[in-house]
Amino acid sequence: MSTVGPAGRATGPNVDSREPRHPRADRSKLPSPGRPRPFSFPRATKSTLRNGLRVWTLPHRAVPLVTLVVVIRRGSAHDPAGASGLAAMTLDMLDEGSLGRSAIQMHEVLASIGATLESDLNADAMLIGSTVLTRFVDRALGLLADVVVRPSLTGEDFTRVRQLRLHRLAQLRDMPGAVADRVFTSLLYGQHPYGHTPLGDERSLASMTVDDVRRFHGEVIRPPEATLIATGDCDHESVVRLAEAAFGDWTGGVAPSTGFETSLPQPPRLHIVPRSGAPQSELRIGHVAVARDTPEYYALVAANQVLGGQFVSRINLNLREDKGFTYGARTAFDFRRHPGPFSLHVSVHTPATARAIAESIGEIDAIRGARPVTPDELQLGIAGLTRGYARNFETADQIGRALTQLVIHDLPDDYYDRLVPALEGVTPEQVTAAAHRHLDPDRLTTLVVGDLDAIAADLVSLGLGEPIVIGPASSSSVG
Amino acid sequence: MSLTCVRHTLANGLDVLIHEDHGCPIVAVNLWYHVGSKNEQPGRTGFAHLFEHLMFEGSAHYDHGYFQPLQGAGGSLNGSTNADRTNYWEVVPTSALELALWMESDRMGFLLPALTETKFENQREVVLNERRQNYENRPYGLAPMALMSALYPATHPYHWTTIGEIDDLRAARLEDVREFFQRYYHPANASLALAGDVTPEDGVRLAETYFGELPPGPAVAPAHPAPVELSAERRLMREDRVELPRLYLAWHTPAMFAEGDAELDLTADLLANGKTSRLYRRLVFETRSAVDVSAAQNSRERAGSFQLVATAAPGHPLAELEAAIVEEICAVGSTGPTDDELGRGQAQAESQFIARLQTVGGFGGKADQLNAYNVFLRDPTFFERDLDRYRTATAETIRGTTARYLHERRVALSIVPRGRPELALPGSEPAVVS
Repeated sequence: MSTVGPAGRATGPNVDSREPRHPRADRSKLPSPGRPRPFSFPRATKSTLRNGLRVWTLPHRAVPLVTLVVVIRRGSAHDPAGASGLAAMTLDMLDEGSLGRSAIQMHEVLASIGATLESDLNADAMLIGSTVLTRFVDRALGLLADVVVRPSLTGEDFTRVRQLRLHRLAQLRDMPGAVADRVFTSLLYGQHPYGHTPLGDERSLASMTVDDVRRFHGEVIRPPEATLIATGDCDHESVVRLAEAAFGDWTGGVAPSTGFETSLPQPPRLHIVPRSGAPQSELRIGHVAVARDTPEYYALVAANQVLGGQFVSRINLNLREDKGFTYGARTAFDFRRHPGPFSLHVSVHTPATARAIAESIGEIDAIRGARPVTPDELQLGIAGLTRGYARNFETADQIGRALTQLVIHDLPDDYYDRLVPALEGVTPEQVTAAAHRHLDPDRLTTLVVGDLDAIAADLVSLGLGEPIVIGPASSSSVG
Repeated sequence: MSLTCVRHTLANGLDVLIHEDHGCPIVAVNLWYHVGSKNEQPGRTGFAHLFEHLMFEGSAHYDHGYFQPLQGAGGSLNGSTNADRTNYWEVVPTSALELALWMESDRMGFLLPALTETKFENQREVVLNERRQNYENRPYGLAPMALMSALYPATHPYHWTTIGEIDDLRAARLEDVREFFQRYYHPANASLALAGDVTPEDGVRLAETYFGELPPGPAVAPAHPAPVELSAERRLMREDRVELPRLYLAWHTPAMFAEGDAELDLTADLLANGKTSRLYRRLVFETRSAVDVSAAQNSRERAGSFQLVATAAPGHPLAELEAAIVEEICAVGSTGPTDDELGRGQAQAESQFIARLQTVGGFGGKADQLNAYNVFLRDPTFFERDLDRYRTATAETIRGTTARYLHERRVALSIVPRGRPELALPGSEPAVVS
């Protein structure tokens, strides 16, 4: 096709005068898309080094980049009692120097190959990795191993990094969303290993020492719980060879994992952290729900999709598109290795706070049976997850993240091929039954970070009892 | 390394850009309208963005919301507005490409018949909540408003931020929507990019089918605000619900793709971004007088601004940070970057450009980049030359650009904890933000 019009035309640079007549759009109905081409997720190739480190690779050669990530199946839930924030602190210190290189020198070397190190921590796992140009993959793997296996962990770096974290905690006191997340986590889980956010709190950080970090690194970050994943422009044999050289002398047995039998609190129904003059109330509504290995996983994913997991969910359409209370509302089951929370996240205009809470609890209640998921809603929700499935595997980084989920949750190699049929097989009855079993309106705890004076009277009218006021000062020390 | 495409312009003026990539059975649909908050007038700010919200509320031939059919077909979608442009995108399975084009073309051609006062009022409330959530109820959240209004005079189109003023949003009327739509939302002011599992032949044929019948609107005269300068330093301060004082410094700099723009990107990184930067090393690592530092060359279509931000550690006055920052800027302006610094900056630019080729859709994906180059430069395949701007920067061009633009005629904004105005830089006047 011509991209430039015939010479001499005066009507514009790129108009092709020989354009054929095209049929006009039929606007009497929407085009109905055919079924998407079936998508098959390739299998990772797996090896295990002598020290127990697993190496998984999956080639994807769209661009000359390789994504490397080390997944360690220990997370903030493995912070020792009284030392919340230790996993995060340790992860943060890994790139503060190694083998005589200072933190700055470490990052100079990374930057010289165009790489930046990224780390992530959740309750169950820590991840550290980088995406690099193919020609630098050997150097990047060596640096990654230096970071994970041979960090310097000096007292001076510890003092500096801890001070930055304490400043960060102080700043978070002014961020309503961060305050809500921290307080809500503590309300739901109490002393349970899931009862604190990864950052920890001022008290635990103040009493922490560099020896705690060294001990955590030595006892918890060990090869049997670690997997190196390489995706992108790479091949298995060379990654294994490079990994053997870089990680081969890393040693240690299986790290402990305890505390999950701790009993959970039954928190009162309604709490508020006062934030005077706040234009919006930050809300969390939820309770402890189920683990990732629940047999009702797919039914719950579908239930959440309809309830609050997509733009056209019941709760977002109600609170945003019908009432105009918010910029957006969403719900999620946080599926973890042990029962994770179900929660609703939303920021609403202050005068609408009580109505937004009542509407939200009403929607959560209704999907359990009073207004069960309809076949149309279910079909839409499932299609949103399954029909566009292929776009989740477009980049090396996405494929790496997909493999990470297999590692963290012990999922089978063909998991991503089973997922679409499994979701498509979910029935409305299964969704209602799963919602009924795993969502309990009588157990929902509501937390408001907002203007107490402006909304106190409205909150009392909710019938959730007198709101329990959590002082803004003490909110920073709630785990 | 390049980002290739075929460009074809329909008779009604709509540019159609097509990039083939059959790696994944998906197609990215990306539509830019060359209108943003810089096309607004004082007293009517925030309108371009409010309008963007209305584009998701249904059109004449499908008036049941925009999300449902596309999500049901497995698509993901979104839109955004900035000072210079408004973009809308879908990423759909190949089999749903026609659906996405039907939906996009219906709202380009037939939005107004479906528009109601109820939708308008509802989305005004949603936008006011977006403003509360992302600006008013967020620490330091109103700093962008204070900076922009200090940097640009009241009549300059970059004086206000895209989210707009509360009073202006409340004053917006439904008639304004109609006028805005007719003026800016038509094929001759738009650019459509398709990237992914589609051939140029099919892409052009489908674009013609769905968009060919839409009439071109009036030509939009490009905004050419007169260049502005600061005649002296402006010191401003604002009390906010924050724990730690923060200093914002801002300068007038070249526009997007203009000479010096790429150099200032590199300067931002070597000065203040990442652990290897001069100011991180000095302020966060060594003296520990700051808890964070960052910088950016914010290049826009008609003018740029360079912003440098540092948050003070307790007990360290903002003046101490300011002195160190100015000293490091002067050092770059007099002796330029070291060979190592230049090498790292260029290595990172190369990585980042290649990373941008990984995905066809969404914000910043290949379709979005094609439209950016086409709308701002009339050259959709500018990708490689864009990277060349970074590859060809030298220690001397970085030095010269830094010396030329990052001088004493700047805005210095102090955001300090409530009740602690004495923590602002000496001589600061209260900033006015609404």
